[in-house]
Amino acid sequence: MATLQTRATARLMMSPAVILLFLWMIVPLVMTLYFSFLRYNLLMPGTEEFIGFLNYQYFLTDPAFFTALGNTLMLVGGTLLITVIGGILLAIVLDQPFWGQGIVRLLVIAPFFVMPTVSALVWKNMLMHPVNGLFAWIARSFGFQPIDWFAQLPLFSIILIVAWQWLPFATLILLTALQSLDGEQIEAAEMDGAGALSRFYYLVLPHMSRAITVVILIQTIFLLSVFAEILVTTNGGPGLQTTNITYLIYAQALLQFDVGGASAGGIVAVILANIVAFFLIRLIGKNLER
Amino acid sequence: MGSITLEKVSKSFGTTAVIPEIDLEIVDGEFVVFVGPSGCGKSTLLRMIAGLEDLSGGRIIIDGKNMSSEAPAKRGLSMVFQSYALYPHMSVYGNIAFPLKMDGQDKAAIDKKVKDAAHILNLTNYLDRRPGQLSGGQRQRVAIGRAIVRQPKAFLFDEPLSNLDAALRGNMRLEISDLHHQLKTTMIYVTHDQVEAMTMADKIVVLNAGRIEQVGSPLELYKTPKNVFVAGFIGSPRMNLIEGQEAAKHNAVTLGVRPEHVRISKTEGAWKGTVGVTEHLGSDTFIHVQVDGLGKITVRTDGDFSTDFGQQVFLTPEPARLHRFDANGQAI
Repeated sequence: MATLQTRATARLMMSPAVILLFLWMIVPLVMTLYFSFLRYNLLMPGTEEFIGFLNYQYFLTDPAFFTALGNTLMLVGGTLLITVIGGILLAIVLDQPFWGQGIVRLLVIAPFFVMPTVSALVWKNMLMHPVNGLFAWIARSFGFQPIDWFAQLPLFSIILIVAWQWLPFATLILLTALQSLDGEQIEAAEMDGAGALSRFYYLVLPHMSRAITVVILIQTIFLLSVFAEILVTTNGGPGLQTTNITYLIYAQALLQFDVGGASAGGIVAVILANIVAFFLIRLIGKNLER
Repeated sequence: MGSITLEKVSKSFGTTAVIPEIDLEIVDGEFVVFVGPSGCGKSTLLRMIAGLEDLSGGRIIIDGKNMSSEAPAKRGLSMVFQSYALYPHMSVYGNIAFPLKMDGQDKAAIDKKVKDAAHILNLTNYLDRRPGQLSGGQRQRVAIGRAIVRQPKAFLFDEPLSNLDAALRGNMRLEISDLHHQLKTTMIYVTHDQVEAMTMADKIVVLNAGRIEQVGSPLELYKTPKNVFVAGFIGSPRMNLIEGQEAAKHNAVTLGVRPEHVRISKTEGAWKGTVGVTEHLGSDTFIHVQVDGLGKITVRTDGDFSTDFGQQVFLTPEPARLHRFDANGQAI
C-alpha cells in the first residue's frame, strides 16, 4: 500500500512529536535515577556526592516503606472492589428504562468531574467531620456515638473517598458494555428457562468481563499514585496509617528534604508499578484472546 | 403434543394496533409458515406465542392450557432466532447444554442429549468450538440443536435463514424439512420469502398489516388465492395483474394470470406486445413483454425459447387459469 517514500515521509513527519515525548519521559527518569545515587539533602547544600545504593538500602529497609506498600495495596484493592461491584450494580440499574434516566445518568457521572482536592475536602468537612458532618448528624439523630472517620478508620475513609470518585468511571465503562449486549441472547436465555440470576451469571457477567478488565487496568494505574486525597485529609496519618508509597516519597523529599532518598523511592515505585502492570497486561491478554 | 390455538389475539403498541385481532388453529405436528411482507406483524405474532411479547387482548392456548400470561420458559416452546442468539463465550457443547442445565438435569443425561442432538445435526466434530469459529450454516445448526434438546411442544423459527447465502439457504431448507419429518413436532416458521413458505409448509398463513389474508396448503394458495394480495404474494415470478378494459371483458375489476399460464407465440395470439428483458434460467425463460393497453406482462416459457429485445410477439392466457377479483380485491 504505502511506498517506501511515503513511509519515510511519515516517519520524518512523526519524529518531532515522538522525540519530544521521548525526551519528556527520559529526562526526568534519568535525572531521578542520577539523584537516587547521590547524597542530596536540601538542608546540607554543597555536600552532594556519589554514594552508590545507600539511598535504596535506607528506603527499602525503612519500616515505613512496608507499611506504605501495604497501605498502597489496600487502597488500590479496596477501591477496585467497591468500584467494580458498585459499578456493575449501578450499570444494571441505569440500563433499565425509567423516567428521568438522562438526568440520573448525568448525576451519576458528575463526581468524576470534581477535582480530587475539592472532593476530599467536601468529604472531610461536610460528610465525615465528627462534629459538623452529615454522617455524624445521622448517627446522633439515631442516638449513636458519631464515628470520627479519619481517627478511627483513616484508610477506609480514604478508600471511600477515592471509590466515590472512581465509581462513575467504572459505571460508565460497564454501562456501555452492558448496552452492547445482544437483546436476542437474553431472550434466548429466557426461553431456555434461565432466571434473572442465571442470566446475569452466564450471560451478562461473561459479556462484561472484558470491560471489567479494562476498568481494573486503568484504575490501578491511577490508584497507585493517589496523593491529593491523602494530603488534604489525613496527611498520611495518624502515624503512618494512610501513608502510601506516593505520599512517603513526597514526605521524604519535601518534609525531610532528602532528595536522594526520595529519588530512590521514586525509582522503586516505578519498578513496583511495572511489576503490577506486567501481571495486569497478562490478565488482559488472556481476556482478549477469547 | 403441540397444538396451539390463538383466540382473538391482538397487539398494539401505544395507540397503533399492530395486530387487530387474529384467530388461528395449529394442529399438533403441523409445519405452519407465517409469511408476509416486512412489517406485517408476523414476527410480533411469533414472539407473542413465545411469550417474549405481552398480549394486548385474547388468549393463547397451548395443548388445552391457557398460556397467555405464562413466562416464556413455562410454555414448553423453543425458538430459533434470526441472529441465532448463540452465547458467544460458551462452546457449542455449552450452548446446546444450556437449556438442560437451566432445567437442573444431571450431567450424564445432559451429555447424552447433547451428543444425540449433535449427531442429528452433524455437529459432533465442532462441540469444543466457540460460535465465533463456526460458519453461518453451522451456527444455524447449533441454534437448532439448542432448540431440540429441550424436546419442546413446538419449535418457533424467526426468519432463521435470512442471514445465509442462497446456496446454503437451499440446503438448510431441506435440513429443516427433514428434521420436521424426523421429529414430527409442531413447527411455526416466520419468513418473508414466499419460496421458503411454499417449499416447507403444510399450512401457510399469509399475513398483511396484522390481518390474516388466507390460510391454506401451498397449492391451495397457489391455485385459489382468495384475494389480490395473496395472488400477488404467492408464486414466483409474480402473477400478472391486469386492470381496466381487458378485466371488464371477463366481468372483473382485476384480472390475474400467472406467467406460466400465458402462452407466447411469434405469429398469433390474443394480445400483441414487444419483448423487453428476457431472463434465461436454463430450465425456464422469463420474458417481460410490453403489451399495448395492458402494461408489462411476464411470461414463463421453456428454456429453449429465444427472442430478441424489441421483437413483436403474441400472448394468449389460458382461459381456465384466469383469476378474477372484484372491486374489493376479493376473488370471484
